[in-house]
Amino acid sequence: MERIPILQMGEFLLVTIQVDMHDQLALTLQEDLTERISRISARGVLIDISALDMVDSFIGRMIASISGLSRILDAETMVVGMQPAVAITLVELGLTLPGVSTALNVERGMQVLRQRLERT
Amino acid sequence: MAALQGSTLDAINSNQEQLLEQWIASLEANGATRNLKEQVLKQETREFLQLLSEGLQSGSGNSLAGAGWDAVRRFLEKLSSTRAQLGHDSHQTVYFIFALKGPLFALLQAHYRDDPATLAEQLWLISELLDSMGMHTIRTYQASRETVIRRQQEELLELSTPVVKLWDGVLALPLIGTLDSQRSQTVMESLLQRIVDTGSEIAIIDITGVPTVDTLVAQHLLKTVTAIRLMGADCIISGIRPQIAQTIVHLGLDLGTLTTKANLSDALKLALTRVGGDLGQRV
Repeated sequence: MERIPILQMGEFLLVTIQVDMHDQLALTLQEDLTERISRISARGVLIDISALDMVDSFIGRMIASISGLSRILDAETMVVGMQPAVAITLVELGLTLPGVSTALNVERGMQVLRQRLERT
Repeated sequence: MAALQGSTLDAINSNQEQLLEQWIASLEANGATRNLKEQVLKQETREFLQLLSEGLQSGSGNSLAGAGWDAVRRFLEKLSSTRAQLGHDSHQTVYFIFALKGPLFALLQAHYRDDPATLAEQLWLISELLDSMGMHTIRTYQASRETVIRRQQEELLELSTPVVKLWDGVLALPLIGTLDSQRSQTVMESLLQRIVDTGSEIAIIDITGVPTVDTLVAQHLLKTVTAIRLMGADCIISGIRPQIAQTIVHLGLDLGTLTTKANLSDALKLALTRVGGDLGQRV
């Protein structure tokens, strides 16, 4: 079965979405990710969606729920690299993703995650 | 429907000079000759009368859609576009046709003095024909004006969304004029694209030049700000004038999630502290 790879970088997990997200793939990712977070006690999750150029409400909701899940497992979620078209679509769909942290690219996202971790 | 009689046509043809004279006098009396050279006017009226009599002869009836009226239609289209260029308004343009009615009717009245029934019928036909010509003229005139307006609108749209770079990582978008749906869409797209291109973390939208902020404009602003946040950048709205602040509060609009500043310099100061110091902030 098709899966989205989850890479580990120290205390952080890095997920790069490079294929078209369909619903089953999104659900699998959600399961895999929660399982990995709890296994390695990750402190932060970075989701890079810069290659994603199409979203629907389901994917939007999935991003929000991954963020919620990770917070419960004490891992900070960062969504990075969202394309303008995707951002406009999400706003028009009314999915403003409150509580989800965002950054322009992986580098900045990682920087912010590290800073937050130092503070706590 | 009765057709125009040959006798009417003859009357028009044999009295051309007199018709032209009265027609031009009527045009001048109503100010429809502004900026027009006398020579040009004479030529135009003569040409039109010639075309009119040709059209009547062609037997295409009195509906302007007929093939016999092609030349007349082309003439009218050319006329209305030159009038539009000369700055004539719609009334002055269409009066070119309607001014012919008076002299023509007087002519027919004299011609059919002894036959009131035919006179009424012929007058009605001529009147209908001239009316439809007037309508055609005004339609072309309007169409050419609308093309100009549309082109200007598009140009305005492109000109009105300049995204400027104020500092490394700081973009500014000075908005001038009313924000409607189409414009705010263009604004949003170009700003988001520039954020991606330059990797800027802060965008300042300056609304000093926006005359009014109503619920719709506020809605557009909120959407833009949310989209910017989703992309991982931050947005500051600046240039909120006191009256606009009052309007926003009186309308009960919730701009709670927005960072707002009174003027651009305050916004830039805030942006610089953020870019220079703490790179990431909780959003």
